[in-house]
Amino acid sequence: MRQRTFWLVAAIAAIVVFASFRLLLVPYWFQPGYKVLQFIVLATAWNILGGYTGYVNFGTAAFFALGAYTTIALNKIVPLPLPILMLLGGAVSGIVGFGTGYLTLRLRGAFFSIATLALAVVAQTLITNWEFVGGSRGAYAIRPAHYPIFDVYLHALFLDYVQYLFFIMLVLAVIAIGVARSVERSRLGYGFAAIRDDEQAAEAAGVPTLRLKLLATTVSGALMGMAGAPLPYYLTYLEPASGFDLAYAVNSIAAPLIGGLTTWSGPFIGAILLTFLQEAATVSFSSAYGVLIVGLLLMAFVVIAPNGLIGLAKRLGLDEALAAIQWPPQVFRSRR
Amino acid sequence: MDFSTFLQLLIGATADGILLGGFYAAVSVGVAISFGMLDIVNIAHPAFIILGAYAAFLANRQLGLDPIAAAFVMLPVFFALGAAVYQTYYLVFERRGDEALRGLAFFFGLLFVIEVSLILMFGVDYRFVNADYVNIVRDYGPIHLPLRTVVPFGVSVALVTALQLFLSRTFTGRAIMAVSQDRLALQLMSVDPRRIKRIAFGISIATAAFAGAFLIIIQPVQPSMGRDYIGRIFAICVLGGLGSFPGMVAAAILLGVVESITSTFAGPSWSPAVSFGVLLLTLALRPSGIMGR
Amino acid sequence: MTGQALLDVTDLGKHFGGFTALEGVTFAVRPGERVGLIGPNGSGKSTLVNCLCGTLRNETGSVRFDGQAVDGLPAHQRTRLGMARSFQLPKPFGSLTLAENVRIPLLYTVNARRGPRLSPVEIGQRCTELLQLVGLAARERQRPRDLTQVEMRKLELARAMAAEPKLLIADEAMAGLSHSEVDDILALLTTLNGRGVTVIMIEHIMRAVMSFSERLVVLVAGRKIADGLPQEVTRNPDVVKAYIGE
Repeated sequence: MRQRTFWLVAAIAAIVVFASFRLLLVPYWFQPGYKVLQFIVLATAWNILGGYTGYVNFGTAAFFALGAYTTIALNKIVPLPLPILMLLGGAVSGIVGFGTGYLTLRLRGAFFSIATLALAVVAQTLITNWEFVGGSRGAYAIRPAHYPIFDVYLHALFLDYVQYLFFIMLVLAVIAIGVARSVERSRLGYGFAAIRDDEQAAEAAGVPTLRLKLLATTVSGALMGMAGAPLPYYLTYLEPASGFDLAYAVNSIAAPLIGGLTTWSGPFIGAILLTFLQEAATVSFSSAYGVLIVGLLLMAFVVIAPNGLIGLAKRLGLDEALAAIQWPPQVFRSRR
Repeated sequence: MDFSTFLQLLIGATADGILLGGFYAAVSVGVAISFGMLDIVNIAHPAFIILGAYAAFLANRQLGLDPIAAAFVMLPVFFALGAAVYQTYYLVFERRGDEALRGLAFFFGLLFVIEVSLILMFGVDYRFVNADYVNIVRDYGPIHLPLRTVVPFGVSVALVTALQLFLSRTFTGRAIMAVSQDRLALQLMSVDPRRIKRIAFGISIATAAFAGAFLIIIQPVQPSMGRDYIGRIFAICVLGGLGSFPGMVAAAILLGVVESITSTFAGPSWSPAVSFGVLLLTLALRPSGIMGR
Repeated sequence: MTGQALLDVTDLGKHFGGFTALEGVTFAVRPGERVGLIGPNGSGKSTLVNCLCGTLRNETGSVRFDGQAVDGLPAHQRTRLGMARSFQLPKPFGSLTLAENVRIPLLYTVNARRGPRLSPVEIGQRCTELLQLVGLAARERQRPRDLTQVEMRKLELARAMAAEPKLLIADEAMAGLSHSEVDDILALLTTLNGRGVTVIMIEHIMRAVMSFSERLVVLVAGRKIADGLPQEVTRNPDVVKAYIGE
């Protein structure tokens, strides 16, 4: 399937999803739906640097929360429409990603990973001590009563603000997946794969490894920042502990590892699966059990099925079976 | 603030920092072995330390044991645990040459699993120990010496010194130092590198039993505390230069002093940023550390 | 050496802490030449290759390639200038097929140079041609882990050739291979040289080096101790002394 067709299919799928939620389900479901979509974006973004390029980022929470706090900070100065806030949140996190990469990507991958952990804690400490955004007490974010444009129509379309947030995150998810897929099948994707497989050999083959790694870090960070920008409106109240929750890091690593590292469908499937598991565990026992299950699954898959569910499906020949019945056409196809 | 008060605070903070640094050395020595010598990025090490702290807590509550005595008792258990973890790591990752991404993910998962298991077993409340010396304090002018930091400092120094002697004087110890530099030579001496690494990693985790005991003597413990230590440990190891014990100790004390002074003058909420900030700066400017190779 | 040298190495030095790996290494390679680089284990041959290609930075001395100073340039830029190398221990891209392995240099070196770019169709053709050259075309959709040692070496060379180099440095490409496998690689390198590629061969297998090289450079303990015609160099008493016991 060509990339242009994919964008079209994804857009249609998104509209179908939204319409189903809006017309068939009670409004409550938009809340957990938002979380799943957020998770999909974070996992897909992480995988661009992680699965495609081979550099593990433990600091998802930092990039995510910086997007959220950009919203809070800007709100105190001038009210801006949410899409603009997302772009700005993405810009901030993208710049931070670039900066971190610039400082540490010349070193071994392990040092980069440790640096991202350090970044998460430093960012959290800085925010916690910054009174302007509420410090450790947190800050309120009041959902706007009116939309920036087409107010009347949008109020008819979205029964409440959460539905609007859901829709925005749906659009972002489509963008993230589309970006990931187009990278995957491009010259850039080959460069990333070469770096992941053997960075020295990639460099010797002419791949500008530092430049590509910086690109991956920046794009990945920017997407995470964009995912974080709406968070204050979703929660209506944001404090550093929830914004910088280390669980974001575990989940954004576990989803691609469990789903599959080399393709966009891995993080997608992993995110949906893990959300269900965690919700089930939280409802049956407690949220701590949810995190425990994710951690155990992460370790289990790393040890037993390093190529994730997608890899397992390929090994069992499922991709050929599905291709034989022509559905879905390109989901499991290996890269060329 | 007048100069005399400033000076008093500074001296006090420096003394605190040195004691803290001694404790940090015990916290980091395990990673100095696993990362500095074996090249295994065990970011789950802090979780083992917290595990050690809870083990000491249980021994204290159920058996009335002093935490440090409890650490001695737990040594073989932690050693075996470390050997088991290494064996898994070797079978799954080292043999396949997959260390980088999956190894990191493995230890990250382990970090979480240990932390959440502790939460499920003990809850999120702070736990502390009752030992005779926990509440004794000696003051010498501006220098404030609570025994609950002095005792860990002393035992920590002894621990690190003992390890250094072990590594430089015994056959196994020298084999461990050799395996980090030249596997082939080791094999030619008919020493199994895997066995040596297993022993080394076992020792690495065994030190966590002690570090955990020190931790719960110094302050009350709760399961999520491990995360604050990741940055400290790696900052110390990188700053001190991988593979160098004296460098690591110097870096530990330096970090302790800087943290303590920051805490005294800028407030404790800035402490976490100190170690991680030091780490970022070191990685950016001088990754080989103070005495690195 | 006249100004025509393709590779010009002057007084190259490299230290690791207190250990001197290379010191005062000076030599030049003319376009189209076949040079053999030999020396006992640990003499610094691989370090020299790494310094030439940019994987390591030399502390002293300079390297000029095709008339341009390359000191400080990262490896990928040197490859784009026309310097290619194969690794002593093959480093294939494990998750990619053989065809994709060879595609990387086409995408990132050939297409990154000034001049006409290869179209996707041409790239596909070129991949197949390169694999045909080393006899691996039938397996172009397989992964490197399915290959034997000698096939991996051939893939290494194919990948180096994909970058359309002016200079190819073959780092112990024949180590551990059987007699006929050595002949295979030797034939390949001779063919490449016939197409105009300058080749520096680093080897321990003396019959291969002797039959292939027009000139021999000998490295011992980080220094060059001989540089000349193979027959003369092998009679040089210093060289003989260095090799006693080998």
